Amino acid sequence: MSTTSPVEKKGAAVATYADQRLGSNKFLARNLGKVFPDHWSFMLGEIALYSFIVVLLTGVYLTLFFKPSMVEVVYNGSYVPLKGIQMSEAYASTLDISFDVRGGLLIRQMHHWAALIFLASMTVHMFRVFFTGAFRKPREFNWIIGVVLVTMGLLAGFSGYSLPDDLLSGTGLQIARGIVQAIPVIGTWAAFLLFGGEFPGNDFISRLYSIHILLIPGLILALVTLHLIMVFTQKHTQFPGPGRTNENVVGYPLMPVYMAKAGGFFFIVFGVISLVGGLISINPIWIFGPYTPDQVSAGSQPDWYIGFLDGALRLMPNWETSLAGFTLSWNILIPALILPGILFTALGAYPFIEAWVTGDKSEHHLLERPRNAPTRTALGTMSISFYLLLLVGGGNDIIAIAFDLSINSITWFLRIALFVIPPIVFVFTRRICLGLQRRDQAKLLHGYESGRVLRLPHGEFIEVHEPLSVKELAVITSKKDIAPLPAPEKTDIDGVKNKKFKSHSRRAKLSRFFYGENVPLPSLAEIEAGQAHVAHDASLEAPLAAYEDADEIRTFHGGVLHHPGMPETNTEQAGQNAEH
Amino acid sequence: MTDLNPHDGHGSQQAKLGHSPVADVPHVLRVTDTDPKAARRAERQVASMFVLSMVLVVAFVVAYWTIDKSTNVYIPVFGEVGLMTIVLGLTSGLSILLIGAGAIQWAKKLMPDVEVVQMSHELVSPEDATAEAAANYERGKEESGFARFKIIRRSLIGAMALFPIPLVFLLRDLWSSPVSGTLTPDEILSKTIWKKGERIVVDATYQPIKPEDLPVGGLVSAVPASMNEVQEAEGNLNARGKAAIILIRMDPSEIVSQQGDGWDYQGILAYSKICTHVGCPIALYEQRTHHLLCPCHQSTFDLANSGNVVFGPAARNMPQLPIGVDSEGYLVAMDDFNQPIGPSFWERG
Amino acid sequence: MKFLAARRRNPLVAIGLLLFALVAVGGGYAAIASVQPAQASASSQTQVDEGKRLYLAGCSSCHGMEAQGTANGPTLLGVGAAAVDFQVASGRMPLAAPGAQAAARPTGIYNDDQIAALAAFVASLAPGPANPTAEDLNFENADVAQGGVLFRTNCAQCHQAAGQGGALTQGKYAPNLMAATPREMYQAMVTGPQSMPVFSDATLPIKDKQAIMAYVTELQNASSPGGLDLGRLGPVAEGLFLWTAVFAALIGAAVWIGIKAR
Repeated sequence: MSTTSPVEKKGAAVATYADQRLGSNKFLARNLGKVFPDHWSFMLGEIALYSFIVVLLTGVYLTLFFKPSMVEVVYNGSYVPLKGIQMSEAYASTLDISFDVRGGLLIRQMHHWAALIFLASMTVHMFRVFFTGAFRKPREFNWIIGVVLVTMGLLAGFSGYSLPDDLLSGTGLQIARGIVQAIPVIGTWAAFLLFGGEFPGNDFISRLYSIHILLIPGLILALVTLHLIMVFTQKHTQFPGPGRTNENVVGYPLMPVYMAKAGGFFFIVFGVISLVGGLISINPIWIFGPYTPDQVSAGSQPDWYIGFLDGALRLMPNWETSLAGFTLSWNILIPALILPGILFTALGAYPFIEAWVTGDKSEHHLLERPRNAPTRTALGTMSISFYLLLLVGGGNDIIAIAFDLSINSITWFLRIALFVIPPIVFVFTRRICLGLQRRDQAKLLHGYESGRVLRLPHGEFIEVHEPLSVKELAVITSKKDIAPLPAPEKTDIDGVKNKKFKSHSRRAKLSRFFYGENVPLPSLAEIEAGQAHVAHDASLEAPLAAYEDADEIRTFHGGVLHHPGMPETNTEQAGQNAEH
Repeated sequence: MTDLNPHDGHGSQQAKLGHSPVADVPHVLRVTDTDPKAARRAERQVASMFVLSMVLVVAFVVAYWTIDKSTNVYIPVFGEVGLMTIVLGLTSGLSILLIGAGAIQWAKKLMPDVEVVQMSHELVSPEDATAEAAANYERGKEESGFARFKIIRRSLIGAMALFPIPLVFLLRDLWSSPVSGTLTPDEILSKTIWKKGERIVVDATYQPIKPEDLPVGGLVSAVPASMNEVQEAEGNLNARGKAAIILIRMDPSEIVSQQGDGWDYQGILAYSKICTHVGCPIALYEQRTHHLLCPCHQSTFDLANSGNVVFGPAARNMPQLPIGVDSEGYLVAMDDFNQPIGPSFWERG
Repeated sequence: MKFLAARRRNPLVAIGLLLFALVAVGGGYAAIASVQPAQASASSQTQVDEGKRLYLAGCSSCHGMEAQGTANGPTLLGVGAAAVDFQVASGRMPLAAPGAQAAARPTGIYNDDQIAALAAFVASLAPGPANPTAEDLNFENADVAQGGVLFRTNCAQCHQAAGQGGALTQGKYAPNLMAATPREMYQAMVTGPQSMPVFSDATLPIKDKQAIMAYVTELQNASSPGGLDLGRLGPVAEGLFLWTAVFAALIGAAVWIGIKAR
């Protein structure tokens, strides 16, 4: 550029000023042109980030009005059906936010919707990372941070749901207390210390408040920062495609395209949350009334993200053991503590388990297609089906009235389905993945089936195959053929006993389970031969294009190549036959 | 098109099986790249989104000042809804949304859409850096004498292990026992304010109940007569959370069993209202089946048969309160519950 | 044809077909489920005699010739006029089909006079709760807020805090109160129809009943300050809306951003 505008000069001056104090130009030089791959599924994490920002913004606004106190007051605000009723200050101030602060209800509803979106987008983002193998080396740490973020998100959500001290949130807290109280040995003390004595006590809302607005968001913020720094330094993964390798990143530079898209998407997420917060009612606490421990509403439910735990509590059989004067409440411990414990530990450990099973120590920056890792994909869908069944259990009473069913039958169905359906889903997913692999193989060897049948001059019928596009070819051939680990020897060449024989043979078995049935990619020569065949088909069909009404012939005459003078329809042919 | 050995922009890659072949995809020009009119149209489109966003902010401000917060409006599908929240949400939401939509439209239509390739750097540190780090560590270990001074090392580990203990102790006073530290949590959980002769009154209206007030098939949510005083004295709802009961009446011939002999009064039974699973209040009483259903996790209890569990995750029957009448003929408790009410806990036995 | 042929490999086609199938199945179910049996009616004479005649013709097969009850239906001795009026006027009785519980049906078999006759006959057999007077149902001066407290203490446990109804055991349910008239509310409270327990005038005086009627009427007419109320079913409906509409919209936006412009 030959001339510089005053604006650019000013920008350069600012950059220099900052650089002399921060050394920031080095960072800008490296990163303004940093390339980010573009795919809609890479924005799921962005939705989580942006909704979290909206939660923070709206949450700060709410703290200006909310009073985290369990002191009993008499309500005298503008919501008539609760006038003169005794309630906690927390509930009264939430009513004030809803009815007496202009726009307060909008912000409250935005806060709640944004929180639901935060949890939903984290969940789906996690699914994306799982099914594409983006958690593999070198991104295992970031996966663990993600798992911790999800649990923090659950805590943030539940603590917020509990603050307004309405009948619904109080019922939730009562359940939470019941769960804490069931912990062996320390349960009662833990519950008394947490709640400052018996339920509901005087202290819990204010204690929960500092956890909800300081401790958990602080942790989430720190972890999110770490999460993003790691994404930045490790670079984003990308889907396979033409020109995309494990050693490069193909996409748009940060400045300007990615910045505009990501920045624009923030405003879209923010805007959608504002619209939903303004248009769709959520948690109308004035309907539920103030909390008292002897009232309850039918259809008491947690927000969706706690639903699976509530479902587990509902489906659990009533096991309890008394031992030497002490009680172990399996009916609470298993669904509310042991199950989520196992679930989240398994989730966090998965990258390491898979790496151990497959013996894979290489770096991965190119995503794996779910079909190419059938066992992982099947484990994923199996776990999701298990989770969904629990979630359905969490809404069994609503389902019962909505579909005119019996709660007892739904519960029994789910109790059994929980053990039957996930394995079926596993097997099905795995078979589907392997089938898709086989289809990929066929595509590489024979191209697409075009659906057009061609009759050759000597009477033979062939179906015309079409060549694969560059993109598809690149995507399909991105598959890595991984051989299962070989079974270990009992002794090595020198006759020394293999001490790890047992663990190694177990690992080899698992590895076979992971990769044993994979359909290998054809060799380069085979692919080329196949594509040559496809090209031959195309050349046979080529004369058709010479006809003016080639399209009509293709579609309406079954692709039969007509010569002038030949009958064009069955009726014509029948007529000609009759003449003879 | 079956060229499997093409090049990439940055050279050097040979297509191998199991690696994505590096190939050029023809870059398709957009309408805005070829037609200056279309480009100008896109420019106008983006700018008008931004302008509209500004207009909506003005609309928001106007709405904030002019709409009364109690005004309702009928909107098809939505029904009768509050006007303020909807208008504020629509104006602010759309104004924000339009900024985003404008920026993205700008990026899609007018910014370059050629994908660029960047080679990634290896994450592993170069060998000399690793060696330097190791050397630094060794030097530090040597100079500090961490390995040599066994006593220092062990005592430091011990000190570090003990150092959080004060922090844990500081949590002890999150709760202190009301009666000068003599009652333990399990003792507190095991008692309610019910006692012999305590009148049973209707919840919310605090009206005492005579047996003849309760017809067969009737249900009353009830509390002890002293509930209000206790509540005021303690300043919380703790006593209510434990003492709440339900009174039901059934034909005495329908009672299969009770938790104590003669704990009913002429077919009137009193049961705790707090579920033995995780503590939700329950009063979903079906007078035909005498089943009591918990709305939280669907534990079902048979009140005609000692409050036994017939379905769901609760493991213990609903505690029954023995009742009788006092000299004036009002229903009273004959004793406290003979077992802790509500969810199980470790010391419960 | 060409248009279809060119697009049939589009991944959206599968989603589209799936949606179409879902809508078709759902619509079909709704069409079948909404079919209602049509009924005819008869005429009247002096009330109790007419009531007896109607009773013997329409009710005795289940409730017994002397209203003493059979294996198929409970005794009607002592249920009072209020119970008969509630059950028959709401179309719960005569029972349309055996099931977990009798559902209210919009078209009754009997007209108002016939219902009154039936009620008079049953009331003549044994004393029971009478139908409310206009004064009983006048809740103009009732305390709505106190009604709310009483509703949450005595009713919300089954009928849900917003009066949307709730599930009971074995397929039974507490019905939605959004269309319940004060007369029906009163009758239900004093007679305890089906699974519902009785809330007698002694423990829940008429003043309190009127407060509850006032509160439920308030719920029925309540506007929704926060916008579309999603049926006031609570977090399950909110979660469903989140996934099907809000999150779907955000994904849609993400896909739009990812698609190359033409």
